[in-house]
Amino acid sequence: MHLLEGLGVTKYFGGLAAVSDVDFYVDKGEILGLIGPNGAGKTTLFNLISAALKPTRGKIFFKGRDITPLPAFKICRLGIARTFQTVKIFPHVPVVRNVMVGALFGTGHRISAKEALKKAEEVLEFVDLTELKDVPAGDLTLANQKRLEVARALASEPELLLLDELMAGLTPTEVAEASGDIRQLRERGITIIMIEHVMQAIMSVSDRIIVLDYGKKIAEGTPAEVAANEKVIEVYLGEECDVAS
Amino acid sequence: MLRVDGLSTGYGRVQVLWDLSLNVDEGEFVALIGANSAGKTTLLKTISGVMRPWSGTITFQDKRIDTMHPNDIVDLGLSHIPESRKLFTDMSVKENLEMGAYPRRSWKERAATMQWVFKLFPRLEERKNQLARTLSGGEQQMLAMGRGLMSRPKMVLIDEPSNGLAPKVVAEVFEILKSLHAEGITILLVEQNVRQTLQAADRAYVIENGHLVLQGVCSLLRDNEHVKKAYLAL
Repeated sequence: MHLLEGLGVTKYFGGLAAVSDVDFYVDKGEILGLIGPNGAGKTTLFNLISAALKPTRGKIFFKGRDITPLPAFKICRLGIARTFQTVKIFPHVPVVRNVMVGALFGTGHRISAKEALKKAEEVLEFVDLTELKDVPAGDLTLANQKRLEVARALASEPELLLLDELMAGLTPTEVAEASGDIRQLRERGITIIMIEHVMQAIMSVSDRIIVLDYGKKIAEGTPAEVAANEKVIEVYLGEECDVAS
Repeated sequence: MLRVDGLSTGYGRVQVLWDLSLNVDEGEFVALIGANSAGKTTLLKTISGVMRPWSGTITFQDKRIDTMHPNDIVDLGLSHIPESRKLFTDMSVKENLEMGAYPRRSWKERAATMQWVFKLFPRLEERKNQLARTLSGGEQQMLAMGRGLMSRPKMVLIDEPSNGLAPKVVAEVFEILKSLHAEGITILLVEQNVRQTLQAADRAYVIENGHLVLQGVCSLLRDNEHVKKAYLAL
């Protein structure tokens, strides 16, 4: 049984098929990369998995259970957490309290404020934001706000973590560090689906990659297979792209 | 054309930039490189008048601009394309572009300028009647760049234009930057895509923890050991 599986997942916005009849799965312990041109439907697929949006058609299963009808908070409590490409933080609230929200409301069990604080401090340590924990979240740089999003997601103790463009705006050296962090999360037993345009990261970290274009799956395979795929080069990578870098 | 002299500034009591000086000549393409939190965005915000210096001066075409309002600085021909895009999300693509043409001298020419922007970003023309918030991330970035160009600036400050864009589009953005440069627009670019930036720009400054630590022509910086290790992951 796959950890997460989607069958014929489709989402229409008016007449536009943002996600069109996509089958996908991720197995426990896997790192799955999701790539594709801007506007291909990647974030929409995350919105469907996390129930920020309901699919027009199709079903999504988590550990064999049909989660399609469930509201977002229940999906989070079942163990699927996500980050947002355009960060959704509480800007006037200190960093640590932003993270506590994940611990207090995102886990499947009741938790005291004291335990939530402990959990928040632990995950802030992991994302290296301990020094900034009392700063209003809105004062962080964009890159640090993305780390805050990861911390808040981790505080809900997910089995599956959906990361939406975590690496955007990082220098190549910072990308290498963040890639190490993602591998470390997998070692902790967390399965990951990541949307990323930074090829240096997606090609080195992913076990398998799915490519979307105009809402449809156009390729799937190992990083090497996908990077050599003619269609992927044509619509996404471009002729000049040196994937190795 | 642009001269920053001994600039210090920060947020509240936290100092971000320390006695920083740099200059950009007319027609140059200059890049600012640095890790996150180094102060690059703060520097651009201070140049465009969104933030105030604590000390130091900023001049643009021999005119002090460090006490001027942001809109007056745009009027002088210095345009800022911000990192987080700051679009008018409930306005259409066309309306967002029109907002960029607000300075008096560019308002009359807005129709022609918009055609020029559509030529640079054909995707924006396809979507001209769509609300900005319904655009994908990449398209929003294109709109932010397009809006920044609508005032027909002599110089643009561009903060991470490749952020969140597909590799093919990143290559296109760098091509656009090069063609803007070829049209005579002076560019000060902040980018994390260090490799392509050092290929495209003439000169670069490296900022670390709010201090200027290195500067030089890009062809030399590419071979600098510190730049390789700290920014190129080599």
